[in-house]
Amino acid sequence: MEIVLVGLNHRTAPVEVRERVSFTAEQTRRAAEELRARGILEETLVLSTCNRSEVYGVPPESSHESAPGLSIFLSEFHAVRPDVLGVSLYHHYDHEAVRHLFRVAAGLDSMLLGEAEILGQVREAYRFAHEQGATGPVLNRLFQGALEVGKRVRAETELGTRPMSVAAAGVKLAERIFGKLSERKALVLGAGTNSEQVVTHLRDRGIAQLHVMNRSRDRAEELAKQYSGKVVGWGEWETALQSPDVVVSSVSAEEPVLRREIVERAMVARGNRALFLMDLGVPRNIDPNVAELYNVYVYNTDDLSEIVQQNRNARESEIPKAQGIIDEHVTKFLSWQASVELVGLVDALRAKMREERASFIRSRMEPMKHLTETDRAQVEKLMDEMLEKLLLEPAQRLRGERELRRKIQNVEALRDLFLSNREKP
Amino acid sequence: MNHLFPILTAVAYLSSFGLYVRFLGTGNKLTGRLGTLLLGLGLIAHYFALLERSPGLHTVPYHDLYGSMSLFGWLLAVTYLGLELYHRQRSVGAFVLPSVLVFFVAAHLAPADRLPPPAIHGRVFAFHVTLSILAYAAFGLSFVLSLIFLGEERLLRSHKLGEVVWRLPPLELLDQMSRSSVLVGLISIAIGTALGFVSVDRLPGQNSFYDPKYVVTLAVLLLYALYFRLARTTAWRGARASKLCVFNFVIVVLSFTVVNLYLSHSHRYF
Repeated sequence: MEIVLVGLNHRTAPVEVRERVSFTAEQTRRAAEELRARGILEETLVLSTCNRSEVYGVPPESSHESAPGLSIFLSEFHAVRPDVLGVSLYHHYDHEAVRHLFRVAAGLDSMLLGEAEILGQVREAYRFAHEQGATGPVLNRLFQGALEVGKRVRAETELGTRPMSVAAAGVKLAERIFGKLSERKALVLGAGTNSEQVVTHLRDRGIAQLHVMNRSRDRAEELAKQYSGKVVGWGEWETALQSPDVVVSSVSAEEPVLRREIVERAMVARGNRALFLMDLGVPRNIDPNVAELYNVYVYNTDDLSEIVQQNRNARESEIPKAQGIIDEHVTKFLSWQASVELVGLVDALRAKMREERASFIRSRMEPMKHLTETDRAQVEKLMDEMLEKLLLEPAQRLRGERELRRKIQNVEALRDLFLSNREKP
Repeated sequence: MNHLFPILTAVAYLSSFGLYVRFLGTGNKLTGRLGTLLLGLGLIAHYFALLERSPGLHTVPYHDLYGSMSLFGWLLAVTYLGLELYHRQRSVGAFVLPSVLVFFVAAHLAPADRLPPPAIHGRVFAFHVTLSILAYAAFGLSFVLSLIFLGEERLLRSHKLGEVVWRLPPLELLDQMSRSSVLVGLISIAIGTALGFVSVDRLPGQNSFYDPKYVVTLAVLLLYALYFRLARTTAWRGARASKLCVFNFVIVVLSFTVVNLYLSHSHRYF
């Protein structure tokens, strides 16, 4: 019933190692089958994302003993030399493995603190392993707990609420002004990576119309085609600025591209409807004086970076709250695990006592020739009843009392005390 | 006098306020829904508290200042709840509930005064007063919404976003909510004023149709109609329209207090 975790992530391995150790769906299925076939793990779950590859399992023997075998398996499976892989791998056992998974599900172990995607990835990995029959009672319970942790952390803390990239922060700000962007229009100046990132966020938010303006028309057409937008000729400000609510600018230019008089004329033409300008260019693409115009909101890279930094601080301040939720669920899981193990221990103890009882009675009653068969049967029955009575109450209490299970910290010691190695469950 | 309903109302409004504040801070949907639920319960308890007060006075509860204030608080909460449900936006609750609470508590702490009942009675008159107070409540709500708009707009323009901006409704939505509220107020005050003239007309004998209150009410009506019109125009759209809305409410407050109490001879607290 022990748990082992072997894996690597963005902190321990560079991308060239991570990409070699990542699992496709087919590889995930095959790895689980092989691990079971080789007797390394009884239950298996592979969590593979772009930032981590982790194998969670329940080994037949001690978790510490199974870890080296698991590392070797990973090395062979992905054809990566053990010395290369070894330095990147981490091993966690039992409660450490449980805590690690809960931290992952909560987004505390992510490259972008509190990111939401990881919970979906954990859910998908669990669903896949469960469908393949690779999980059992322990991993089922563990991953259901992890999903609960992830949901609670998102609902009860602010860990995932604030935008953490300049592009996302800009789009969120636009929503502060206009609300839902599904009926809004956007104009993108420049067709580079920065613009594309913002366009992706705008598309995710369902922007109704997208216009692209770029010096190179080919590149503009490429971006517009990719995101179902339209191309506007470079410098056609009169038409370009009349309809959009959001303007994103990221072009290389020594002088501001959007000068005050251009925006001023556009605001008159558009009846002073609010305009949100996101200036991602360095040097700035938008004349700073534009910010003085009525109903115009201008944010440049520094402004947005500052918001991202504030959000990062705000997210970090939520870590203790998330940690509290994780601690609570780790205790809950360990208590469940202990209850299952303790009940197993009591069952093994009962079986041992029955066995002992038979040989004990046989040896002690041998000299008592005066006892009839009925007397002997009566004595055996009484002893059975006494043994059942002795074990029934502790077994019932172990099932029902969580606090009692918590107090019994070392089940292994109890096993050693009452059972020989051969008899351990 | 039975204090059950006033106490229940105060507890429900206070709890609703607490939940709305928490919703503003955490964005937890369940907390927001509970806030709305408690506001609804508070409105029911408040209604019974108003009913309870009426028989003791032998007249409608707005006969005295405190009854009138309590009714104002109730209608403010009703208007807000209507807007919240219509626009599906709960973030404003934390800003509206304190006003509702202040009006309710101030009204119910003091006993009813003993002024003689007004000369006019009847359903038409009751509708006249109720609709007038509903209009004031709706204008009050648009005032709160405009203040939030101006505050948020200033924060967004100065790039000082802080914690709360991410929780407040978008500017466009605040603008829409404010206009919805003003529309409710305009319709109420127009019908209410017309019913007032009908009431005066039904009075026996020679009645004067001049009262300073009429002039101020007409001014209020025109100012809000102007706001409603200007809020969509090129020059006034946005912060300017919100400032006009704030200014208009100052006139409403003057009409509700100074004009009613010191200048009008046929109006008291409505």
